[in-house]
Amino acid sequence: MKRKFAAAIALMACVASTPLVARDIAVAAGPGAQERLQEALIVAQPGDVVKLGEGRFALTDGLSLDIAGVTVKGAGPDKSVLSFAGQLAAGEGLLVTSDNVVLRDFAVEDSKGDAIKSKGADNIVYHNIRVEWTGGPKETNGAYGIYPVESENVLVDSVLVIGASDAGIYVGQSRNIVVRNSIARFNVAGIEIENSFNADVHDNVATKNTGGILVFDLPNLPQQGGHNVRVFDNIVAENDTPNFAPKGNIVASVPSGTGIMVMANRDIEIFDNVFDGNGSSNIMVIGYRQKYDDAKYQPSVRNVRISDNAHGKTGFAPQFAGGEMLAAAFGGSVPPIIWDGVGGAEASIVSSDDVPVLNLGLSRSDQPIETAQPALAKLTGDAAPRLPKIAMPEAMEAAIK
Amino acid sequence: MKLRRIALALACAGPLASAAPVPGSISDSAIQDAGYPRTLSEFGFFTGQGVTAPSDQLIGYSLRTPLFSDYAEKQRFIYVPASARISADANGALDFPVGSALIKTFGYGEGAAFRPIETRVLLRRASGWEALPYVWKPDMSDAELKLAGTRLPVTVPRASGRAQPISYAVPNKNQCKECHARSGAVVPIGPVAANMALTGKAAASLRSRTDWKGPVSLGSAPVWNDAGTGSLDARARAYLAINCAHCHNPQGSASNSGLFLNAGAAGDPVATGLYKRPVAAGRGSGGHDFAIAPGDPDRSIMVHRMSSTEPGIAMPEVGRSLVHDEGVALIREWISSLPAK
Repeated sequence: MKRKFAAAIALMACVASTPLVARDIAVAAGPGAQERLQEALIVAQPGDVVKLGEGRFALTDGLSLDIAGVTVKGAGPDKSVLSFAGQLAAGEGLLVTSDNVVLRDFAVEDSKGDAIKSKGADNIVYHNIRVEWTGGPKETNGAYGIYPVESENVLVDSVLVIGASDAGIYVGQSRNIVVRNSIARFNVAGIEIENSFNADVHDNVATKNTGGILVFDLPNLPQQGGHNVRVFDNIVAENDTPNFAPKGNIVASVPSGTGIMVMANRDIEIFDNVFDGNGSSNIMVIGYRQKYDDAKYQPSVRNVRISDNAHGKTGFAPQFAGGEMLAAAFGGSVPPIIWDGVGGAEASIVSSDDVPVLNLGLSRSDQPIETAQPALAKLTGDAAPRLPKIAMPEAMEAAIK
Repeated sequence: MKLRRIALALACAGPLASAAPVPGSISDSAIQDAGYPRTLSEFGFFTGQGVTAPSDQLIGYSLRTPLFSDYAEKQRFIYVPASARISADANGALDFPVGSALIKTFGYGEGAAFRPIETRVLLRRASGWEALPYVWKPDMSDAELKLAGTRLPVTVPRASGRAQPISYAVPNKNQCKECHARSGAVVPIGPVAANMALTGKAAASLRSRTDWKGPVSLGSAPVWNDAGTGSLDARARAYLAINCAHCHNPQGSASNSGLFLNAGAAGDPVATGLYKRPVAAGRGSGGHDFAIAPGDPDRSIMVHRMSSTEPGIAMPEVGRSLVHDEGVALIREWISSLPAK
């Protein structure tokens, strides 16, 4: 008992050497912002709030945060602007590598690489953030806007991303993910969930991108086997920006005019979304089509349930190989839902939407598209299991209330 | 009461257990205690002006294949407390005891003309390694801590004879970690016996201070630009291992890329870059399909990124503002030599 007491005192004595209450560390825009802001991000202690003042922070290098439990909070996404137009080095504007971090109420503009990357950063919250490449969609823009990777519990809420040359909001190799209430415009991919498990993507607006919302799985990565993703209550409209991704990247193969594309995943639900004005197709469900060398990789799609979506005008300007011919064959436009057909009935791809479905009739995901045997299909049968809602730890939800 | 004092000492081992620094010698408390000394002189690594007189308690070494940093010269030292010993695993990687320090000074000019810009220290504390950057004052009287890093105008002498002005980037504390992190913790990169080059006295000192678990092979690794030390393949891989693998390994900052350039990745050709498609490379792909297109350096993302100085494309992401022309030439030659499938 006595020993326990002594240990408790010892612990308290140590804690007392660091601040007991969370501090606000205010950083103003203006001269020397690079070093002042970076130093604040280094000396911050768990629980502290690094407060960005109003104005434009002209930055020359990437910023990074490696302290757990820190909040970076601006005065608003149009008031506190981290501008990387003069960036000389680093792969991203802001890099976060610690857990339990909240990023909110500021903007990142014109970063040379990715805008905000969080890697191995569990329980990360992105809230009320604007990421923008201010020159509009250009191949020279940075790749990703909001970029959490290798993380558990990712909450992206109320962000706006404009102009990413790859994906506006990209969650990669992560688990337990919510992307909601956000807007992606003029990116190659609006929102992308890649090589990830357990995600809810809902109440977002994906418009004027090349492809609105992508759910992908790629080979030769530490985490693969993407599954359990629900895409619902989103508006996915007029994704008609020509693809401006650098060749070689997987999104460079996404046809302009794509609403939602599911590639090489399993256990996916797409429901209650509103589609309109996507010239190629509203929903594409396809396998990975490129050559790969990875025995562990599963290239085809299985278990997809499509239901209760509203389909506006679509398929009127297909931007993929053979699209015009398909449109001609099917009454002037490509059907709103396309499945590559790989796996047949056993793939369990089900749609109860009241629109035609095109089955390309492929037997392998990498089969040449010229050998497809496209036909309208009814995708009925056993619906994929209803997936549970994704919940974040309470502290993460509380952080943005 | 006695119990309490012991508990305190245990729980707060750093600040309370340290001894007062002895003038003229290396300060163990500056290395081991919590906190960040504001000046390099507080450690006592160098006596007199600048870096010309390193303490005789330091073991100096260089690397056979070093990391490229804008053609900077680097002076490297190891400090181990007098009574402590280094251990080396079977692969010759050195594991330093608490209280050790690795000291690396970056500058330009050789020999007596060497002019230091910054000194980075890695401090082995009870809590783990701590990385701190110190920038030398113009009069070389001392170097000051720059936690947030800085940029300095520097003129780099080049082999062609022309001097090249650059904005030299001193990394901030976190950027030190970007390269030195393994599974989130800071670790040294360079001191692996095979890649270390030591002069007679330093070699003897290191040997005598180290418990070797395997056969000692000091200085046996290929020298990247010396064909007499290894095949093209071996030298190229050594270059990539030192320049890239600190991030590009399964525990490093680039773990999510799936491109692993550490020696252990050799069993998986795609992971080493052969016909590996880009992931999250963005415009870093340069329009190419593969990290390494065997036989075709002009279509290899690796060459494209090494040849660029543009943020968002350039690899490594930090630590250089110039292209390492000779390094790119080596990798081009190597990729050209690889048989296409």
